Amino acid sequence: MGGEVVRALRGIDLAIARNEYVAIMGPSGSGKSTLMNIIGCLDTPNAGEYWLNGQMVSTMSDDQLARVRNKEIGFVFQTFNLLPRATALHNVELPLVYAGMSSDERKRRAKEALTKVQLDNRMDHRPNELSGGQRQRVAIARALVNNPSMLLADEPTGNLDSATSEEIMRVFENLADTGQTVVMVTHEPDIAAHARRVVVLRDGLISTDDTREAFAARHGL
Amino acid sequence: MSFLQSVALAWDTIRVQKLKSFFTVLGVTIGVTFLIAVVSIVGGMSRYMEDDLVGKLIAVNSFSLRSRPDFQIGDATQAQRNEWRRRPRILVSDVPPVAAALAPGVLWSTESGSNLQVESAYGRPRSTQCSTISNDWFAIKKMGVSQGRLISPQEYANGAPVVVIGQDVADHFFPNLNPVGREVRIQDIPYTVIGVAEKQGSVFGQSLDKFLLAPEKSPLNRWVNPHGVIDAMVIQGPDDAGMREAMEAARGVMRARRHLHPSQPDNFELETSDSALEFWNKLKGYLVMAGIALPTVGLVVGAIVIMNIMLVAVSERTREIGIRKSLGARRKDILNQFMVESATLSTLGAAVGVALGIAFAKIIAALSPLPAAVEVWSIFLGVGVGAGVGMIAGIYPASRAALLDPIAAMRQET
Repeated sequence: MGGEVVRALRGIDLAIARNEYVAIMGPSGSGKSTLMNIIGCLDTPNAGEYWLNGQMVSTMSDDQLARVRNKEIGFVFQTFNLLPRATALHNVELPLVYAGMSSDERKRRAKEALTKVQLDNRMDHRPNELSGGQRQRVAIARALVNNPSMLLADEPTGNLDSATSEEIMRVFENLADTGQTVVMVTHEPDIAAHARRVVVLRDGLISTDDTREAFAARHGL
Repeated sequence: MSFLQSVALAWDTIRVQKLKSFFTVLGVTIGVTFLIAVVSIVGGMSRYMEDDLVGKLIAVNSFSLRSRPDFQIGDATQAQRNEWRRRPRILVSDVPPVAAALAPGVLWSTESGSNLQVESAYGRPRSTQCSTISNDWFAIKKMGVSQGRLISPQEYANGAPVVVIGQDVADHFFPNLNPVGREVRIQDIPYTVIGVAEKQGSVFGQSLDKFLLAPEKSPLNRWVNPHGVIDAMVIQGPDDAGMREAMEAARGVMRARRHLHPSQPDNFELETSDSALEFWNKLKGYLVMAGIALPTVGLVVGAIVIMNIMLVAVSERTREIGIRKSLGARRKDILNQFMVESATLSTLGAAVGVALGIAFAKIIAALSPLPAAVEVWSIFLGVGVGAGVGMIAGIYPASRAALLDPIAAMRQET
């Protein structure tokens, strides 16, 4: 908006392999939101390249990015970002709507996804009739319903109490165990420590890139 | 996202905001209401003019040969009027040559009339339209009698002093009596009533049953026209083509008898129902224009209101748009969503307007002499106009929504 140019990221070289469970950590202003937007194909870098699942995403148009988001990425947000007026089932169906799937197939797959997160008895509830943990599980079901290559979570426990946070982390753990690629952005070290690899950003650069054990040792967890 | 899904989504959105939706489309509803009402009333009048009025005044497939037009057509110039006045009248001696030129199966009758004072023993004297006619007149007009009988060929041939009277004339001169066989006097000459014509009804509140008819050769003829002159010759073809043919035959005979040079225009009139309708068609043009122009103002205002409300809806639902985009909605999907919502809203408003317009037209038809006929095409027009207005009004808000940046949109507080 203003005249000042801010370089949020200044040369990041990061490769994430299939089936990895990675946390991206950093204080505010470290550039982790920008990185997460680029990884999530919500934004493209001014310079540099981003390859996702064999496609060069960094030069794509808005509508091409929308396609990629629909097929390759499942988002889980801090604020859940569910449509307030839609039922849990309909919220989960949404990515399939934009994938152009038939109504019957959508319903079937959405129910399946909700069953996986143990919400099969809450399908017809609206978000305001669900607890925070349940809302986040709806969001996870929605993120996974189209079998994305990556689950991308932005502060997934930011609005949850610690017991519920643990519950959500267990869901992520299970997903990672089944081979789902998970990338999680957080500023909380104890949440980051659930991942198997932790990348720490500082001032737009990667400051450390550790395994969980090395990260835990470094932070005394 | 398919079209039906978009409509379903739009319907959901409208349903949860009933009152707001109602006010949003009020302008469109009112515009369409008036559009339908005006079209229905003009349509009703049109049908009335074309089928009823003209059918009653001028028999089907018939024309009249007369010196000047009987039906005044709106804006005749003074010069035109003067020319009409100078025209020679149709002569009794014109009738046989014209009749001889007509194809077999073509019916014809002379017709001359005047307002004369009529008296009877049972009612006060009254000025009445009295006409003399010849043989085929009743056949051309398809007029029968409710009492008594028609004029017989012998009576036409002999010029017998007999009359057939209209229902109103019968009611006035013979209250609660059977007029058949009784007597009326015109200019002190007695005539025997032999029949009462079937009720003809009225047009625009004017009764069509105030007439008295006598044979052409009866004494009455002296009082309706100067000697040797008739008002008109009514000619009826078996169908429209037959009528056109008869018109050309009559035209040829009359032009020859009047020694008109090919460069000179006719100095007589061949008047069909078309001439009577010409005036109406002109008036209808103005009515339809007014009927389109006024609702258009309503629709433009309606479109602006819808556009504003849709802009508000877009900013209220910025976050929803961001979420949808993050889940893979393309610009086109978001554009469609808001366009369909706007069009659905407006079409619903228009549908309500169509219903109100029809009700309005029926109420006017019931409470006033104006008739109403709901035109089926106007219903489609009304709904189509509604959908069109909604789409036009939706373009700007929907494209604003489609171009929103998903990151900024999702950041918005709700």
